[in-house]
Amino acid sequence: MTRKLPKYQAASWDEPIVLDMGRPGRRAFLAPEPEPDVRADVDGLLPAGVRRKTAPGLPELSEFEVQRHYNHLSQMTLGMMGINLFGTCTMKYNPRVNERVTARPELAEVHPNQPEETLQGVLEIVHRFDGFLRELSGMDRFVFQPGGGADAAYTHACVTRAYHASRGELEQRTEVITTIQTHPCSAATAAAAGFDVITLPLGPNGYPTLESLQAAVSDKTAALMVGNPDDMGIYNPEIKQWIAAVHDAGGLCFYDHANFNGVMTRIKARELGFDACMFMLHKTFAGPKGGGGPAVGAYGCAEHLVPFLPRPLVVEQDGRYALDYDGPQSVGRVREYWGNVPVVVKAYSWVRSLGLEGLRQAADLSVIANNYMETRLLEIPGVTKSHPQITSHRLEMTRYSLEQVTEQTGIDVHDIQNRMVDYGVDAPWLAHEPWLIPEPITPEPGELWSKEDIDTWIDVLADVVREAHEDPETVKTAPHHQAISQVDASGVDDPTQWATTWRAHRRKQGVA
Amino acid sequence: MTRSSAHPYMANSAPALEQELLDAVGVATAEELFEQIPADHRPREDPKLPPALRSEVELERHLRGLLAKNGSTESHLSFLGRGVWPHHVPAVCDEIAQRTEFVTSEWGTPASDHGRNQAWFEFASQLGELVDMEFVGLPVYSWGCALGHAVRMAARITERRRVLVLADLDPERLAVLRTYCEPPETRTHLTIEFVAVDPSTGGLDVADLERQLGDDVAAVYFESPTSLGVIEAQGARIAQVVRAAGAETIAGVDPLSLGVLAPPGELGVDIAVGSTQPLGIHMYAGGGTGGFIATRDEERYARQYPTLQVSIAPTRTPGEHGFAMALFEQSSYGKREDGNDWTGNSVYLWAVVNAVYMSLLGPQGFADLGELILQRCHYAARRLAEIDGVSIRYPHAFKELVVDFNGTGRTVAEINAALLQRGIFGGVDLSSDRPELGQSALYCVTEVHAQEDVDRLVSALQEVVR
Repeated sequence: MTRKLPKYQAASWDEPIVLDMGRPGRRAFLAPEPEPDVRADVDGLLPAGVRRKTAPGLPELSEFEVQRHYNHLSQMTLGMMGINLFGTCTMKYNPRVNERVTARPELAEVHPNQPEETLQGVLEIVHRFDGFLRELSGMDRFVFQPGGGADAAYTHACVTRAYHASRGELEQRTEVITTIQTHPCSAATAAAAGFDVITLPLGPNGYPTLESLQAAVSDKTAALMVGNPDDMGIYNPEIKQWIAAVHDAGGLCFYDHANFNGVMTRIKARELGFDACMFMLHKTFAGPKGGGGPAVGAYGCAEHLVPFLPRPLVVEQDGRYALDYDGPQSVGRVREYWGNVPVVVKAYSWVRSLGLEGLRQAADLSVIANNYMETRLLEIPGVTKSHPQITSHRLEMTRYSLEQVTEQTGIDVHDIQNRMVDYGVDAPWLAHEPWLIPEPITPEPGELWSKEDIDTWIDVLADVVREAHEDPETVKTAPHHQAISQVDASGVDDPTQWATTWRAHRRKQGVA
Repeated sequence: MTRSSAHPYMANSAPALEQELLDAVGVATAEELFEQIPADHRPREDPKLPPALRSEVELERHLRGLLAKNGSTESHLSFLGRGVWPHHVPAVCDEIAQRTEFVTSEWGTPASDHGRNQAWFEFASQLGELVDMEFVGLPVYSWGCALGHAVRMAARITERRRVLVLADLDPERLAVLRTYCEPPETRTHLTIEFVAVDPSTGGLDVADLERQLGDDVAAVYFESPTSLGVIEAQGARIAQVVRAAGAETIAGVDPLSLGVLAPPGELGVDIAVGSTQPLGIHMYAGGGTGGFIATRDEERYARQYPTLQVSIAPTRTPGEHGFAMALFEQSSYGKREDGNDWTGNSVYLWAVVNAVYMSLLGPQGFADLGELILQRCHYAARRLAEIDGVSIRYPHAFKELVVDFNGTGRTVAEINAALLQRGIFGGVDLSSDRPELGQSALYCVTEVHAQEDVDRLVSALQEVVR
């Protein structure tokens, strides 16, 4: 290795819990004094017995102290301040212009029940963006009400219920089929919507066999919910036959397009035969992660499912935009209102910035970068790739195993995560439960990260693997340059120790 | 494809770099890397998208132009509320909401995400103080979603399948609840039944509740304030009779009311839910919604949470605190279809902002703000009732008032159209989803409405209904 590793030290502010700060009587917020005509005896405005007796135990701080405290906490959050190749989440640049635009009062201070003539700008953006997604997927209509990818999967489970109920078949169609490499949210939301879940295991080619699907399909099948390519970068080339088999049995097919980044412009879900699909605007379409939302799972479907979509729909007539609440067969709502609108605006902006050529280039670069990473990562002793017998190139992600490193050194992937963050490189994604590949890691470089960043990331991993052999104790006890030391999570599932609030913690510690 | 100049969002779009990477991989073109996708999976034609606006100059101009077609609660005087409410957002909230570290964070390690995890813990801790409960999950998508999950928690705890809710429930929230309770054809369907509203107070009719309660009831849901702004006077009594029937009491509350109104924990409520939007989040055309779930710190409840939750935990350095995900294995990430409902992306950035907001207000800020909102509402009620033909439906209101226009001979639609001409967004029209109230509207009055705003509304209405 010729490059020097980053010399990094995280901010470490030793910041107290905010409830343990301040002085009685200190203030960071003053409410306006009621005007003389407004002033009234508060007890006289309340029914008897509803007044709060003891004040909430909140901190008493000056405005600056609050500002500084939360800035300190932000400085102890790595986010994308370093290099973050977190697989499955498609870590993109979140353009600042989108933050600036969506902070404008014409969006931030808009109420969803305003008269439609005062919502024309935002409705036009939503409608236009619906059009973009129709072009990219071949579907006929999108809604943005679902508050994330899992919520879009839930929306599909609800639409599936309504569709089969409309045909008098819901009592019969009790099963949703998914695959072990499809995100857990498909299985979980299908179950929460009242379905039994059948999960297909992987076959020899890295995806479940067509035969296993055919054996699972029956007149009980309500839907197939599946991602493709999966988180190992493996594309199921038999997906059209899968869809035909499910359709023949009367089921619906839902495409979790979580891994759309590598196939943008090269696949249209509807042309493959899917009835519905989902795009994550906070991932593929450059909306920020926010640590986990506000997010949007844009849910789109073909014409035959449009009657069942949640309402309202944004519709256009003669250049005027409106919210259409009419939908006698609609599932109703999966969430109040019409979605995390700022995220839709950011996604719209991102597509406008890239255009068709840019989207194709982003897909190309993300797949090229992943394959570049692969050539270098596989040179690190002990790093292997899932399903090595599959020789064709992976798409925007590849799953690797560090099992050999663990066997030789005792250092596992969690230790490696903890040591990598000592270099300002955030930890890689491992894999969803259950782990099919031992000691997995799943980096995803996307189109954002430079070759230099990718090289640094690989160099850091290579050095941590070297250190695992030469000085395992340093890896095992990492991190050493972070905001805090390694967290001991051994007690957080123990009711006598867990504490999701400061008050519970103090009680359990015998302090309060 | 020939490429134009490098795109600012893509480092490897610099000239010749793509080729350098392709050379390193050992392929001639990018297309070779897509060999897994069969030819007959490729699209019949390219997607049609408008021309790119590659420069930020053009892009921002375009976006500004579109958004300029909107009116807002800054350009108009607005009395709209009901599920998203106009409140002052402190400037510090906006600063923290824009910190790139928070905006871009994802799933780091407990050490590299320490600051954000602490902010989440402070969200839960401070919300717990407000509602007087010790166990708080990370937020869910909205109040309605929190209610849906809470009802399903209660059904799992009690192994019962009937749910009683206040008949006045907000229609958006009710629609979400119906979704979560599943249709009758599923095995796990929960039945929703309504408890009457006391027409004089607007609160829950406790006698009707007692009639309907039985040993098959999983949960009873009431709100204070209700979705029509009514302060519930019988909360403690409701919790008492529900507990006696072996059911769980779920209460929906406005966190901004809790400096003044008795918190759910004090009332004996089992599960508290509500919106997080009032705690420092802009309305964003409805995109500011978020919901919370809180309970006592008992395994009975804790083991039924569908959410993620952060617990404080020690580190390798004695005396240092860190955070870790508690009870992760019971989530859908841990157990797929066998987990509690599901979780995923939610509104976690807003949880950080909520924490900032609660720290800024402190105990006295919540008390003062709650008292101010009560007084402003009362002032608005008094002034509006002076208008001929206008009356106020219920005696005790927090933040929202049912304004009855039946005596004016005008419809709310006509009145709101006339108000709009005067630059005012009138209250939410209740005539279609609350037909029993006739021509009534729900007016929202908060700390952002100075006396002069209410006076302006009253003058305009006097003209409009004349």
